Amino acid sequence: MGKIVFGLLSGLIFGFGLVISGMSNPAKVLNFLDIFGTFDPSLIFVMGGAVIVVFVGYRLVLRRKQPVFDQVFQIPSRKEIDKNLIIGSALFGIGWGIGGFCPGPAITALSLGSEGIFYFLPSLLIGLWLSKILKKGS
Amino acid sequence: MTEFTPFASLVGGALIGLAAVMVMLFHGRIAGISGILGRFLPPWSNNKSLLWRAAFVFGLILAPIIYQKFSGIKIEHIVSNNLIIMISAGLIVGLGVGLGSGCTSGHGVCGIPRASVRSIIATITFMSFGILTVFTIRHVIGG
Repeated sequence: MGKIVFGLLSGLIFGFGLVISGMSNPAKVLNFLDIFGTFDPSLIFVMGGAVIVVFVGYRLVLRRKQPVFDQVFQIPSRKEIDKNLIIGSALFGIGWGIGGFCPGPAITALSLGSEGIFYFLPSLLIGLWLSKILKKGS
Repeated sequence: MTEFTPFASLVGGALIGLAAVMVMLFHGRIAGISGILGRFLPPWSNNKSLLWRAAFVFGLILAPIIYQKFSGIKIEHIVSNNLIIMISAGLIVGLGVGLGSGCTSGHGVCGIPRASVRSIIATITFMSFGILTVFTIRHVIGG
């Protein structure tokens, strides 16, 4: 039960962060990426604020032997820079630049009632599913 | 044009960071949205851990509703309603974050503070391609 309650709470706080920061507005994201046009540098502050809190927070949390609801901390340990990482991130950047949505704000947008999100989010899930099949095959 | 909002963006960013720290504290996991979404798609690996992730996703959807109700502020939200554009953007983002094992949250918010080389390279790559894409659409094609 605690797992679910704190899962919900973290999701809510994450969502409030997206809304307050302006990340939930694709127009703002696209202006952030438009550094030679209607540049809006706000999102540098979003990433800055988040990175500082995580930098300090992870240090404090990882002093514990284990997470509250699990046995071990599962931290990614991969080091290799492979083709999938580069091609995948490049593709993500292109799609981000077209629609102004990355996955988090795309979920939050479900309750903001635009027409575009109902085209975007199902397509995102199909793309994500395809990537799982591609990765499994390689 | 959108308004430059350094203070609100910093506060919002800090909240995103706080949520990521909570996911690590309580669940021992990186708060990567694409990773969380991927868990709901086949081939499934571990169904037991889906419940808290579903609650997290539900929280994300609920947040704007609660925020608007209690603050009285209407959330600014301008989205393209072009069917072809939004479907292709979604497919490319989904495929990309899947292959690249992460998005703005997993690689950016959670990876940069861990000084993960993979995440830093991923973040630089998607930022650069995002900027390049907007430049091409707005100033080469549209300009």
